[in-house]
Amino acid sequence: MRGRPGLVTAYERDAAILPTTTQRVWFALFCLAAALLAAVAPDDLALRGASAAAAAVGAIGLNLVTGWAGQISLGHAFFLGIGAYTAAALGGEPGGPLIGLGLEMWIWLPAAGLVAALAGLVVAPIATRLRGLYLAFVTLGLVFIGEHIFREWDSLTGGIGVGRSAPKPIIFGYDLSREGNFLGITLSPEQQYFLFALVLLLVMGLLAKNLVRSRIGRAFSAIRDRDVAAEIMGIHLGRYKLIAFTVSSFYAGIAGALLWTFVGFIEPRSFSLTLSIVYIAMILVGGVASIAGSIMGAVFITFLPRIVDFFAPLVPFIEDSPTGGFLTSVQVEQILFGLLIVLFLIVEPLGLYGIWTRIRNYWKAWPFSY
Amino acid sequence: MTSHLLEVEDVRLSFAGVVAIDGVGFFVDEGELFAIIGPNGAGKTSIFNCVNGVYHPQEGSIRMEGRSLLGMRPNRIARLGVARTFQNIELFENLTVLDNILLGRHLHFSYGPLAAAVYQGRTKREETEHRGRAEDIIDFLEIQAFRKSLVGMLPYGIQKRVELGRALAMGPRLLLLDEPAAGMNLEETEDMARFILDIKEELGIAMILVEHDMGLVMDIADRVMVLDFGRKIAEGAPQAVQQDPEVIRAYLGEEFESTDLHTAEVEAAEAAGRDGEPS
Repeated sequence: MRGRPGLVTAYERDAAILPTTTQRVWFALFCLAAALLAAVAPDDLALRGASAAAAAVGAIGLNLVTGWAGQISLGHAFFLGIGAYTAAALGGEPGGPLIGLGLEMWIWLPAAGLVAALAGLVVAPIATRLRGLYLAFVTLGLVFIGEHIFREWDSLTGGIGVGRSAPKPIIFGYDLSREGNFLGITLSPEQQYFLFALVLLLVMGLLAKNLVRSRIGRAFSAIRDRDVAAEIMGIHLGRYKLIAFTVSSFYAGIAGALLWTFVGFIEPRSFSLTLSIVYIAMILVGGVASIAGSIMGAVFITFLPRIVDFFAPLVPFIEDSPTGGFLTSVQVEQILFGLLIVLFLIVEPLGLYGIWTRIRNYWKAWPFSY
Repeated sequence: MTSHLLEVEDVRLSFAGVVAIDGVGFFVDEGELFAIIGPNGAGKTSIFNCVNGVYHPQEGSIRMEGRSLLGMRPNRIARLGVARTFQNIELFENLTVLDNILLGRHLHFSYGPLAAAVYQGRTKREETEHRGRAEDIIDFLEIQAFRKSLVGMLPYGIQKRVELGRALAMGPRLLLLDEPAAGMNLEETEDMARFILDIKEELGIAMILVEHDMGLVMDIADRVMVLDFGRKIAEGAPQAVQQDPEVIRAYLGEEFESTDLHTAEVEAAEAAGRDGEPS
């Protein structure tokens, strides 16, 4: 409708992800800016960006099961691990001491998601029996089981302190880990990782957004808010919890495979409870039950170590500062994770996304206060 | 075997020795407005929970169009066309009015999770179609202004209406209304009565109404059943039930000799110095 952008004349348009032209233009500009950033960023920042985008995929997955369906999961690290090792096994060098089939990325990346999803499918029936804190405990157990398996299964993981290298990211003969050339622009491996992760995040984010605006997402929210009423609406609780866990694990599997490919090396001890907590921090800081929030949270938490490293020399009680101190920057990061979770829960339960909405609404109404 | 829409026979429900429903039986016909009344703790909501599949009675039978509902999960019973509202509002409070009502239509969608993620073709068509149905209900209940508001932020009276809308969206054969007018002022109660009568007359949906507002029940119900301590003590036309000595005794105690239940209750409430507010 020319001249009346607020007027919507079709239900389909009212339900669109980006209903107005202005929103579409801004979104396109934002994607373009991210792609440009990927092309010009220095390698260390590009790698962080790639990791942030991959972590965002995992955070979206956790948000689906915890933010939307309301099933608290501390087991996200387990599914990330399954993704990483499935990728390593399918994409690793064949013929070595470790399992490796030497397949290409277009096979091992979806497979990492699918195997993790399968694990989620197996675990999900537990969630149909348990609620709240009990479910949290069971999923916590999952992390410990996973850690044990990863530690002991030497032919897959290489074992503690040895580890194994991540699979090579080769798609149809094109190796992302070698310097490439696009339209006359030379891209470093890190910049290519960043671009690839951005495209993947765009696709996975869109799929998730579609899911949550459909009957499936509504059923998730219904189960989260009132499970008895949801069942009386005709929602099969077991089926929808199953879908939530399976889809969430699929996202975690993809994220895990991608993240450790960017790092280049997989250590079996990486998939600990701390990793699960980091992902919970991402969705709490970013915004519960929000795709944009998941992305903001993942970016924020992934860049947090950089921020800490930057400020470390300026703060007296951190070891890196000229006066020395009793805290390492890693310890500071962990304290910050905990502090951020507590602060956001108390002060801003809607997360960064909530802050962003408030700023946006303020400027929408500006110069009036409402 | 039977012409009744819902038939409940000799249902007995107890929780660890406490008998909540003791051999209650009744039937509801197509398009009928059947009311269940009784003092607090008489077992009215428990009957709803049994019909709904939330509770499983130890004895008796509950049949919907001849099909036994016993042992079925609530989501299966919903599929057979039983919808319900709750005494204490059970809306999905973090969702909008529209999403709540669309959740009522959940059963009428047919696409799966993969189709949902792609959101093309059938998914889009179904979403648009059911959005239309949801809008019809929003119009019917006159809540257009709140369409995109979060339910948790709305006033109580509107929330009650949204909950009725969510149940209606299921397109039920039988609608269970658990105290739809509880805690409402006179105007809101009259609005609710109007909606209930419209549902009966325009949509022809059979309803079971549990309500403490005797004026409302006696005005709109076709038949009334009275429960006391899990037992049925009277059933029949509203006027007949009002005169029943057993009913008066259950509500007001032995020594009270008034003949008109409604005035008697008002007097009793005034004597107690409050408004007869149900729990």
